[in-house]
Amino acid sequence: MLENALRFMTLADANVRFVLLGSLLIGATGGLLGSFAVLRRRSLVGDALAHAALPGVALAYLWTGSKALPVLLAGATVSGVLGVLLMQFIINFTRIKADAAIGIVLSVFFGIGIVLLTHIQRTGSGNQSGLDKFLFGQAASLVEDDLKVMSVLAGLIILVLVLFFKEFKALIFDPSFLQSLGYSTRWIDVLLMGLIALTVMVGLQAVGVVLIAAMLITPAVAARFWTEQLNKMVLLAAAFGGASGIVGTFISSLAPRIPTGPVMVLVATFFFVVSALLAPKRGVLARGLRRQHNARREAQQHFLRACIELQEKLAQQRAWAIEELAIEMGHSPDKVKRIGRQLEKAGLVLRQDGRFSLTEAGLEEGLFVVKSHRLWEHYLYYRTILDADHVDRPADEVEHLLTPEIIVRLEEILARERGIDTEQIINLHGTGSQYRRGGRE
Amino acid sequence: MSQNTHPIQIHDMTIAYHKKPVLWDVDLDVPEGQLVGIIGPNGAGKSTMIKAIMDLVPKASGWVKIYGKDYGEMRKIIGYVPQRESVDWDFPISALDVVLMGRYGHIGWMRRPGKEDRCIARESLDKVGMGDFAERQISQLSGGQQQRVFLARALAQDARIYMMDEPFAGVDAATERAIIDILVTLREQGKTILVVHHDLQTVTEYFNWVIMLNMRVVASGLTREVFTDENLQKTYGGRLTVLSQAAQAMAEQRRGDR
Repeated sequence: MLENALRFMTLADANVRFVLLGSLLIGATGGLLGSFAVLRRRSLVGDALAHAALPGVALAYLWTGSKALPVLLAGATVSGVLGVLLMQFIINFTRIKADAAIGIVLSVFFGIGIVLLTHIQRTGSGNQSGLDKFLFGQAASLVEDDLKVMSVLAGLIILVLVLFFKEFKALIFDPSFLQSLGYSTRWIDVLLMGLIALTVMVGLQAVGVVLIAAMLITPAVAARFWTEQLNKMVLLAAAFGGASGIVGTFISSLAPRIPTGPVMVLVATFFFVVSALLAPKRGVLARGLRRQHNARREAQQHFLRACIELQEKLAQQRAWAIEELAIEMGHSPDKVKRIGRQLEKAGLVLRQDGRFSLTEAGLEEGLFVVKSHRLWEHYLYYRTILDADHVDRPADEVEHLLTPEIIVRLEEILARERGIDTEQIINLHGTGSQYRRGGRE
Repeated sequence: MSQNTHPIQIHDMTIAYHKKPVLWDVDLDVPEGQLVGIIGPNGAGKSTMIKAIMDLVPKASGWVKIYGKDYGEMRKIIGYVPQRESVDWDFPISALDVVLMGRYGHIGWMRRPGKEDRCIARESLDKVGMGDFAERQISQLSGGQQQRVFLARALAQDARIYMMDEPFAGVDAATERAIIDILVTLREQGKTILVVHHDLQTVTEYFNWVIMLNMRVVASGLTREVFTDENLQKTYGGRLTVLSQAAQAMAEQRRGDR
């Protein structure tokens, strides 16, 4: 095993270099085209195409007796395209929907392919054994001639992609607009499908028909987590794909008889999982943190509001005991204590002898929160069909989102339409507010 | 004015989806420099009509002429604002990139947008008040802002005829105002604008020409002449809620006339 790794790392063996370059090409083209396939919602079509290629590989061998890659790939392309056309025919001329049509074509063609492979294996000589690598892929079987074919195909794919990048982008985003400009969307779509088919063919020998679609989908989906720009997404997907190819091939070379396809896909999946978890903005973790941050802010604002509303109710300013606040807020004393500590750190409340009082800054922020809350309650009450005792909860949720501009507009609307003096909406010194709170009293 | 100077001429056009006609025997002439509202109930064929003018849906019969010529020859002078819901706004692309698509008709196959195209795209964004949002990813824009981006893309097309599919659907009041201001400016420049519209209340205020559709052309002409009770009745049939809306719009129009 160590010997294998060493042989791999030093790149001394020409064969190793072919294998590495091959898997790099496969991963990178998969990522490039995969971005378009995924955004165009064609990734499963790629899967059907790959599975449908299998009988073509077998038939090409049966008819020519040759195992040269160009011959086999030609067969694969013909039967793959035939499969996609059949699928389109089923969708257009029957009531069967796209997903079922994909399933039908995929399984029927794959079934035929397996039958043919079994037949070849049973009847053929020792010569036959190579074909089953098209199932799960064997990067180690790549030789120089294979690599030449793959390089030409990959070069062609990249060239066409660069030339028609603008057209593909517009096709996916807004096809009818592109068509209104006089571009033939049908032609661009065929070209894109053709490139996806070529990409599948490039990877067929090293990754196999079963898993090649994953090399289209996974790097692209992983890349989407990191960027909001198509060109960056495409490049990143190519990088993820290329890295999956190289690392996957390396791992599968460590021991004999590990097929490359599954390992490559597992590496790509690793990139996907890391992206889904850790990507800023779109990642699960970042979104969780944002949610937590918002929840914390909301809780803190409720705390400030509770202080001010207690002050209104009792018409006095003093430090509030945790129990008083807990009743006012409807939370457990422990939670109140925790939020109070956070606010203390932020300089918004003071804590003395287990009692909390607002600082100057706390009072200011609290008044803003209370005002937002009440303005919104008023607004909901007058402008919608909500009853007085129903407006409190929506207001609880919205008050944290209102910006000062919206507040000013609300004040205008309420003053104009209802004659409400919004200066009077909070009353800290009299006997409670003029405003009656719905629900809680 | 001779016939072939009309920006849009439609003759005996019938459109069918899966052999079921959705628009029958449309005969229309739209004179230049009009701000045209296309109104009618759901399923009346409003969107279908503007798509048919632009050759986006096949015609079962009839023809369309743009300034007397086929659409294929004239498409560079036509700007298009599709329905906002027709695209995926989560697509990884910036507002500026979307507006740049308005230049694709001028750029042509396989070539990239140049400096001048970028310049025009930025100006277009400025015109709709979205200059500060050029680099923003489109999913981060509000519905009204997305609609403005679509409008900016059409402006970047630098067209003489504009087709707009419900540009006022689901936008805020400020955006509606901004859009109508731009439409009026375009008309003052002598451009012809066709707008699929839903809100009967604003028809008389916004459009000086109106096409009333219900699978056929019920009426087409100057708003003050054809936007009548009788034609609304014919267009909307027995739909009471719409009729009461229409009655209100009519009442407002009458008041405005005095």
